[in-house]
Amino acid sequence: MTTQTIEPRMELEQHLHMYRQMAKIRAFEEQVNELYKGAKMPGLAHLYVGEEAVAVGVCEALRRDDFITSTHRGHGHCLAKGAAVHRMFAELLGKEPGYCRGKGGSMHIADPETGNLGANAIVGGSAGIATGAALSAKMRGSDQVAVCFFGDGALGQGLLYESMNMAALWQLPVIYVCENNLYGEYTPGHETIAGDILARPRAVGVHAESVDGQDVTAVFSAMRKLVERARRGEGPAFLEAKTYRYYGHHVGDVNREYRTREEEKEWMTKHDPLQTLATRLMQQRLVDTETFDRIAADVKTEVEKGVEYALAAPYPSPEQVTEDVYSS
Amino acid sequence: MGVRELTYGEAVREAIAEEMRRDPRVFLIGEDVAEAGHPFKTLLGLVDEFGTKRIIDTPISEPGYAGIGVGAAMTGMRPIVDVMFGDFITLTMDQMVNQAAKAHYMSGGKIKVPIVFRTTLGATRRSAAQHSQSLHAWVSHVPGLKVALPSGPYEAKGLMKTAIRDDSPVVIFEDKMMYRVKGPVPDDDYTIPFGVAEVKREGRDVTIVATSSMVDVALGAAKKLDEVGISAEVIDPRTTWPLDKDALIDSAKKTSRAIVVDEGYERYGVTAEIASVIADGAFYYLDAPVKRVGAMDVPVPFSPVLEDLTVPNDQRVFEIARDLCQKK
Ligand SMILES: Cc1ncc(C[n+]2csc(CCOP(=O)(O)OP(=O)(O)O)c2C)c(N)n1
Ligand SMILES: [Mg+2]
Repeated sequence: MTTQTIEPRMELEQHLHMYRQMAKIRAFEEQVNELYKGAKMPGLAHLYVGEEAVAVGVCEALRRDDFITSTHRGHGHCLAKGAAVHRMFAELLGKEPGYCRGKGGSMHIADPETGNLGANAIVGGSAGIATGAALSAKMRGSDQVAVCFFGDGALGQGLLYESMNMAALWQLPVIYVCENNLYGEYTPGHETIAGDILARPRAVGVHAESVDGQDVTAVFSAMRKLVERARRGEGPAFLEAKTYRYYGHHVGDVNREYRTREEEKEWMTKHDPLQTLATRLMQQRLVDTETFDRIAADVKTEVEKGVEYALAAPYPSPEQVTEDVYSS
Repeated sequence: MGVRELTYGEAVREAIAEEMRRDPRVFLIGEDVAEAGHPFKTLLGLVDEFGTKRIIDTPISEPGYAGIGVGAAMTGMRPIVDVMFGDFITLTMDQMVNQAAKAHYMSGGKIKVPIVFRTTLGATRRSAAQHSQSLHAWVSHVPGLKVALPSGPYEAKGLMKTAIRDDSPVVIFEDKMMYRVKGPVPDDDYTIPFGVAEVKREGRDVTIVATSSMVDVALGAAKKLDEVGISAEVIDPRTTWPLDKDALIDSAKKTSRAIVVDEGYERYGVTAEIASVIADGAFYYLDAPVKRVGAMDVPVPFSPVLEDLTVPNDQRVFEIARDLCQKK
């Protein structure tokens, strides 16, 4: 697991940044769960805890003007791409200063400023959108890249294969990032996925590889190569990140009868993305525990301030209900 | 034989279980329907009785398993295709509309498609725009499909049983906000005929036609109207197709005023169709134009303060009815 070595200086900075991003996502999500339990958040949310290394490793390899499309389990993607904690919370609470003026909520956060074309509550629903963003980048002569995040569950959707086929035909700069966390809702992947996952993109000529999604260094270095490839015009790629969600499918799924506590413990103790990176950096004597304590304290403050801001923020005014249906 | 209190969800489950016991050709297919018993828990226990050969978990492949349902229905089986949220019928549309709905007619009556598509409608669950729509008007528009809208536990059981026994494709929309609502349900083998409206409450001054989730809203409005000396009749068509035009027209003739309440988007919807049926059939008896009350013509917003504005409530129906009755 710790075969990856970290080159000093610049790479250390980058890794500490990635650690901070992962810690922020985790603290954010833990707070979301508290909001739910305290009946302060309307509706439900799908937490990203456990999967932080995927969003962070992927987005670290992207530029701000590169595009992402996200999923129902999207908070991590939004934050990793650069969204601000306080406006994310505001959206989750249905408040006016939220990213979508309270109209989208947990499953629909979009932030074009950071290249986030939106989370999506339709499983697989953004495969076409990400591919279209890549087509647009190519048509406009920009060197932007688009990333489509989706879960293993979305492997069931035909749209994904139609999109990958066109992306390969037209050599589009799009990377399909499959977050394989072993379950789609309450059903394990082995009951819903036939054959070899990577054989699917490969069948239509999309370059495909797998990576340990709990190892942010590995995700980042795999992704960096795929992004460079796409920017050079060498076409689409598919990255399967093997990962695990620590919480249930959504905040209300607390019994998790479809999986064992042992399995959960195994992932949490042996494959935790924060722990994995921290251990590596410390073993190489690049940092000490105080560094991580400081980061933990920083993100805690950021999250506390963010949620305070959101709780105090105003709701949208009633007239807003009919605004935004059309662009003009 | 007796009558017990069941929840709407339990009534659905009982209908499916009874029909599966009666007819070995009936099976159910969809996402998380077996061990998980459906995300709304409506199918809990069915897999224990009928096994995974008849309660079939699928990948997240709505167009695929809907088509598989159509093919099975053409060849001697009687599938219930479970589409988790009504919003996802957008994905199954081709199989419903171009395939299931047309096969019998196009084959000159040679091919039967005895299939049930079971799905949901209803907002205010704080689930935002892609999980809150009431799209029953879309399929009501299509010749070849029948559409049932159970308004309570009694209807949920009776209409589901009729749907399963029907030799044509039926789409049944359950109100997801009503699954825990209790009501009297006979434990015997009763069915509710399609195309027969039910007068939920007799009245003299105004007819309120209401579907599904809106029947309770209409009954609430009727109570308020009583207090101001207006006697409202509430009538539930129970199926939008076949539509019991005579019952609706007769009621409007009797009261001379009519309001139609439905949770679909107001424009081009169920309210428009029924209002036109009444305007046509009862024209010379009406003292006022027929009023329509549907969901606001906006995507369903997440923020509770906005979402609540988009659906008809009893106060609004009361006010409209009161105004209508003063317009002598
Ligand atoms: C088209 C569609 N079908 C079903 C659902 C209901 N649903 C929401 S999340 C989910 C499971 C998704 O699994 P996966 O893609 O593996 O993502 P994960 O939740 O594991 O991150 C399902 C079935 C949906 N939102 N959209
Ligand atoms: Mg998954």
